[in-house]
Amino acid sequence: MGASLVLAGSAFAGAFVPESGGSPNADRIATLYKLIAILALIVFAAVEGALVWAFFKFKAKKGAVAAQIHGNTRLEIGWTVGAAAILVFLVVVTFVELPAIKDPPATGRNGLQFASQAIYASTDQPTPPDGKALKIVVDGQQYVWRYQYPGKEGVFSYTEMVVPSDTTVVLDITADDVNHSWWIPKLGGKMDAIPGYTNHTWFKARPGTYRGQCAELCGRNHANMLAQVRVVSPDAYQRWYDGQAARIKQARTQQQQNRPKYDTAGVGG
Amino acid sequence: MSTVVEPDTVPAIRRIPRPEIIAHAVEPESEGWVSWITTTDHKKIGIMYLWTVAIFFMIGGVEALLMRLQLGVPDNNLLSPEKYNELMTLHGTTMIFLVVVPVWAGFANYLVPLMIGARDVAFPRLNAWSYWRFLFGGVALYLSLFFTPPEAGWFSYVPLSSRAYSASNGQEAWIYMVHLTGLSSILGAINFIATIHNMRARGMGWGRLPLFVWAMLIYAYLIVIALSSLAATVTMLLLDRNFGTHFFDPTAGGSALLWQHLFWFCGHPEVYILVLPAFGVFSEVLPVFARKPIFGYKAIAASTVGIAFLGLLVWAHHMFSVPTSTVVLAFFMLSSFVIAVPTGVKVLNWIATLWRGTIEYRVALLYSVAAIGTFLMGGITGIFLAVFPVDWQLTDSYFVVAHFHYTAFGAAAFGMLSALYYWFPKMSGRMLSEKVGKVGFGFVFVGFHVTFLIQHAAGLSGMPRRIYEYSSDSGWSAYNLISTIGSFMLGIGVLITVINIVTSLRKGTVAGPDPWKANTLEWYTTSPPPEHNFDVVPRVRSVEPMKDIRRQVEQETGVAQRHAPSRALSEA
Repeated sequence: MGASLVLAGSAFAGAFVPESGGSPNADRIATLYKLIAILALIVFAAVEGALVWAFFKFKAKKGAVAAQIHGNTRLEIGWTVGAAAILVFLVVVTFVELPAIKDPPATGRNGLQFASQAIYASTDQPTPPDGKALKIVVDGQQYVWRYQYPGKEGVFSYTEMVVPSDTTVVLDITADDVNHSWWIPKLGGKMDAIPGYTNHTWFKARPGTYRGQCAELCGRNHANMLAQVRVVSPDAYQRWYDGQAARIKQARTQQQQNRPKYDTAGVGG
Repeated sequence: MSTVVEPDTVPAIRRIPRPEIIAHAVEPESEGWVSWITTTDHKKIGIMYLWTVAIFFMIGGVEALLMRLQLGVPDNNLLSPEKYNELMTLHGTTMIFLVVVPVWAGFANYLVPLMIGARDVAFPRLNAWSYWRFLFGGVALYLSLFFTPPEAGWFSYVPLSSRAYSASNGQEAWIYMVHLTGLSSILGAINFIATIHNMRARGMGWGRLPLFVWAMLIYAYLIVIALSSLAATVTMLLLDRNFGTHFFDPTAGGSALLWQHLFWFCGHPEVYILVLPAFGVFSEVLPVFARKPIFGYKAIAASTVGIAFLGLLVWAHHMFSVPTSTVVLAFFMLSSFVIAVPTGVKVLNWIATLWRGTIEYRVALLYSVAAIGTFLMGGITGIFLAVFPVDWQLTDSYFVVAHFHYTAFGAAAFGMLSALYYWFPKMSGRMLSEKVGKVGFGFVFVGFHVTFLIQHAAGLSGMPRRIYEYSSDSGWSAYNLISTIGSFMLGIGVLITVINIVTSLRKGTVAGPDPWKANTLEWYTTSPPPEHNFDVVPRVRSVEPMKDIRRQVEQETGVAQRHAPSRALSEA
């Protein structure tokens, strides 16, 4: 128990603000969170302070007489308007920050250079300014994530997604069986994967390995539905992509070669 | 003012002849267990509700402690994932449907007729039926323990809760429970609405209705709207599971998202169903123990109505991360923001009620003040969650678990305990021990915050909800250990409260009709009240009829009736 508490020291780093540092949208969410937090702390300190102060200051004493006040219309209108004003401010801040969180930016100069435009249709996620992005289809299945990469080679992977750095990666998120939720905290917010629907998000990551896990109850092994995004240089990505394509091709060939055996073996053979 | 008045010269009010009822035979009030199962008396039904709720509250609490034990250390295998999901489902379902909704039905059953000067509710037999449906709903859910308990969560999202992914009949037990308790709540709500609209004492206009009764009226309207919708929704699930319909089946043209919308259309008002009556309790308890009138009666009553109306328009803020267009996200963010205004008004009114009062630190008051302070934190974390881009990080993480426990436990359950300490003397005729109560309060308050404050941090560092285990390199071990320690402190606090109830029922100080020198009509009659509640129902002249009555008696008899702070302090 003591050891765990000592360990807590290092773990408290991400204790007050959402995780960030992997992708600009996660960073912007953290910024927005901090802006709200400052305002919230002021309101909290003022109101909680007034409550605690009133509670201790006006404790019944001998000879004290309670003031028989029924209300004060001005004061009440005042704090209603005040509360509304704070909320108007929060709305403005949110909509100022929103585009940087929601809209994918253009791929950076060090990112993957696209030969042609990867065009994709989406009703509520605009295309990056140059219309180019690496689109990966994320498919939630009990209890594993499957990633389908673009290109005619039909490259896919499970659990670990490999992507090039400084490249805008847009995700089309869906599910095969039950609801799941895609969440890599350092790469932005969650997006639910719901069978029959396609959800969208994006990230543009710095090199590194980012971990996350399914965030919507999807059955008994929900806790073990892990996800990992490995961000590598565009060259390394290209090598991984070619290698993965070759591995998949090899596996398919092997499968083809093995098939006759199964076919002729027959049931129970 | 203090001149002694001779009996002959008692003012006119005494000389008005009272209507006399001549009884040829008075049947003694029946006792024993038969009187309980056959009763239609709102007070007995109220007590049965409260005992049943107390038992479910302890069962739900033990389920929570088992989950906390499992999560106390990383990679724990105390519980299998299956058992964990079952406990999680039962805990949520129990606490929502079998504790915090019916507890208010219990208190209100006992108190609403007394507070408005009525002799019973409008439909006493329907009332009894509501109770039995509630009990059997709970029994239906818990009988599944002997077979296969449900494990899809209290929200039972499809497709997980569909036949293909939850083949066992536990899900049917859950649906059956929702139907039985839902209809119980709806019928109970209709009963409250009819009672409050029609059976108020003479002179009790809408501006003189006790604020707890205001809250219960709005609670009742919300139940009729929200739980009817839920009943239809779970019926659709029942049909999908058993009779071949495809409302929610994405492989056959149905929509998995439809369930979430329908469920939260009930589920969010449900939050206010839990918490508005607690607000009503604060509005009764604070003025009594601060010895001040409630500050801004009209604003508090109006904000209750406002919160309820807006509460029907915010459901999609539970599902900001599903595929939704920005316009819709923005609407639900704004509606969630707007609801913060009437809620904030209430909090400030309560603080203003305490301001310049003479506050007596009774356990009932401690729970109410603690609840307001705790609810404020839940409200403020709610602002973070209402900002949808931020919610994308926070939703379905432990931040949300912390947030809603701050509202559902911190406000609603603290309110429930405040109500218990405040009204126990009326219901039992005996006082709960203040000393034991304060120790219990200390454990509950500290235990609660130790359990749930740290969960915000767990959520912010990426811990999702509803996971049965986590690895030691996740960095969440310390948070979870602290939370588990807190949950056991909370458990001890609840246990102390239960011991206090059991011992005080037999050995508590005899309360008398009005131990707190309170403001509302339930304190006009004996404790516990007779079956018919009142021999005479006084005419109501203000929102604080008991204060008026005490003043009048004082004027007529010259004996001081009003509250004397020094005396109360020496008692406490």
